[in-house]
Amino acid sequence: MTAVAGARRGRRRSAASAGADRAARPGAVWILPAVLFFGVFAGVPLLLTAVLSFTDWNGLGTPNFNGVANWRHALTDSAIWESMRISLVFMVLCWVVQTPLALLIGVWAAGRELNRAVLSSIFFLPLLMSTAAIAITWRVLLDPNFGLAATVGPWIGFPDGNIAGDQHGALGAVVVVIAWQFVPFHSLMYQSATRQIPKMLYDAALIDGAGRFQQFWHITLPQLRNTIITSSVLMLVGSLTYFETILIVTNGGPGTATMVLPQRMYNSAFQSFQMGYASVIALVLAALGTALSLVIVRFSGYGKMRSTLEGI
Amino acid sequence: MGDSPLSRRTFLSAAGAAGIAGLTAPLLSACGTSGPSGGGGGGKKTLQAWVLQDDGQNPIQQASLDDFNKSSSTKIKLVEIPNSGSSGYTDKLRIGMGSPNPPDLLFNWGTGSIQDYAASGRLVDLTSQLNSDPTWKSAWIPSVLDAGKAADGKYYGIPMRGMQPVLLFYNKTLFAQHGQKPPATYDDLLKLVTYFDSQKIQPFALGHVDAWPNLMWLEYLVERLGGPSVFADILAGKPNAWSNPIVLDALHRIQDLVDRRAFGTNFASVNYVNDGAGLLFAKGKAAMHLMGTWEYSNQVDKHPDFAKNDLAFAPFPTITGGKGDPNNVVGNPTNYYSISRKSKDVNAAISFLKKEMSSQMYIDKLIKAGDVPAATGLEARLAASPGPEFAKYVYQMVQKAPSFTLSWDQALPSRFTDPLHNNLQKVFLKKMTPEKFTQVLGQVK
Repeated sequence: MTAVAGARRGRRRSAASAGADRAARPGAVWILPAVLFFGVFAGVPLLLTAVLSFTDWNGLGTPNFNGVANWRHALTDSAIWESMRISLVFMVLCWVVQTPLALLIGVWAAGRELNRAVLSSIFFLPLLMSTAAIAITWRVLLDPNFGLAATVGPWIGFPDGNIAGDQHGALGAVVVVIAWQFVPFHSLMYQSATRQIPKMLYDAALIDGAGRFQQFWHITLPQLRNTIITSSVLMLVGSLTYFETILIVTNGGPGTATMVLPQRMYNSAFQSFQMGYASVIALVLAALGTALSLVIVRFSGYGKMRSTLEGI
Repeated sequence: MGDSPLSRRTFLSAAGAAGIAGLTAPLLSACGTSGPSGGGGGGKKTLQAWVLQDDGQNPIQQASLDDFNKSSSTKIKLVEIPNSGSSGYTDKLRIGMGSPNPPDLLFNWGTGSIQDYAASGRLVDLTSQLNSDPTWKSAWIPSVLDAGKAADGKYYGIPMRGMQPVLLFYNKTLFAQHGQKPPATYDDLLKLVTYFDSQKIQPFALGHVDAWPNLMWLEYLVERLGGPSVFADILAGKPNAWSNPIVLDALHRIQDLVDRRAFGTNFASVNYVNDGAGLLFAKGKAAMHLMGTWEYSNQVDKHPDFAKNDLAFAPFPTITGGKGDPNNVVGNPTNYYSISRKSKDVNAAISFLKKEMSSQMYIDKLIKAGDVPAATGLEARLAASPGPEFAKYVYQMVQKAPSFTLSWDQALPSRFTDPLHNNLQKVFLKKMTPEKFTQVLGQVK
């Protein structure tokens, strides 16, 4: 968010120096609702969370300040480091699985043929379903005795259907469920972005004798660069802070094999009622998420907001 | 396709409007008291009773409130709060109790579940009310009433639901086919495990994923091996209480059961809440199931034929050389209503509990719904239960139990819940040694 705002400022400055018509731009008051919204629902809670992280509070009465005790505990708590490792693995897996799928489906769905339109509208259905309903359905499907896992398990190396009960199987299962749920959203982004690519680029490539693969590799993919970055930021930061599906499908198990950092935070806050400690985890997550999006934006050149249509 | 996208202006004004609505709504509602409890003057007050959402129970609770509201100037309103998995109700209750507008009456599990509220003076101490009214006090089975006490030894809760001890359920048809009897001793249990495993029948169903079903094994093994004092020491926070050899012995027995395939090989994927373990049991693929009494109503509801023809029950077996009384039980004694000290009309709330909770109408409705209420003198009335044999069995079992240990995750302070559940799962999965388990739990502060 900050990064995007920063990028916009940068662009504006250069626009101003180039002598653009400043009167045509909306005044500062236009940004007020957004600033208020962000301030009240993100800024203030973030600040309060920071204060809470220095307290000992069970949710009742007045929090007692206990200095850096929570932070010190977090540094030595092996459970936090374990969860951090699981979170990072989970995040990378989510990206690796979802990006190619969403990209291919999105580009395919961008075609105007009727069959593509029909199939993609079916494919986008998971977008309309509630997360909890999806997760509960999958939880039942993963039952090793009566669910889909009983049938599919033996084919993929789980002869007794014990997918969700295996350390790697459980993580894999959660990644698949989340991909099933979110690939449609990212496909939709790629679909609309692909439709923005001017047809003349393909016409020119065709004249040069480029095949279907070369067209995809040399035109579609470079043209989708900004979309890939946007989708990746959403995916990476999203999967870093996401845990609803995990909570319902595996409940962090087997043992703590899928206990990602956000679920650890939730459990600290709402099962153990250690609000101070949960606040520490929340701040760590917020810092990680912000750092991640800054790094991506910086190193991808997205911050410069160059048009992919330069030269046309 | 999308030639006229939402114009920037429409979007901004819509977002702005939404933003303003979002900003002001909470402010406005924060000024008033929440909802109906703010209701008008003239001495008429409306109290809120927060309960767990439950299609079978809520109408009964509503009936008791209707009856009370008929003759009282202070009305009480039922607020049903759903529970999803292991939380939902408890989170909301915590936030409600921390707010300036706590619920007047609150459904709870006694002891650990109300510990923080009792210790911070948020609940009405009912001890003197109970002691000054012997008829009221004697309306309840003493061990169940006592199990709801907070750590300070005072009464804060009045039983409002059926009793839920943990029983050993078994499939009597399957047992008869194989010429087996329910286990009287732990050695019998091990023999049954070996036998059923050799017959390709899973000895025990276990909803491992939900974590708390695993705990029942630890609770009963510790109870039979060492009696109630072992957990009482843990609850009292005595040093080294977790590393008691009895706890270690129980954990080693759990791993031994896992090695003997007592729970099959894929229990780590089986849940209880979505009928994973219950279905396994009902289909005759598992011979036994260690579970709370709610398993009975669960089977009546989901697999009525199985409940009618095959489902039977027995106490947890004794262990040779164990110190625990074979009649002792573990589980959830019952649920309780407690009263907030901040309630606008504490006296009305107390008179509601006095008038309705042990009333003939309320108790009979509970019995009809399949519950076994914690009230005394029900022997004859339990005939009205949909499962009279089961109801009488549970009723007698609790009454003759010298001790009723509350489920550990309900009894211990909330900071234990997560480590207890996760690490016990790891013991079942053999990812953690019993020694490490006792060490980790001993370090929870």
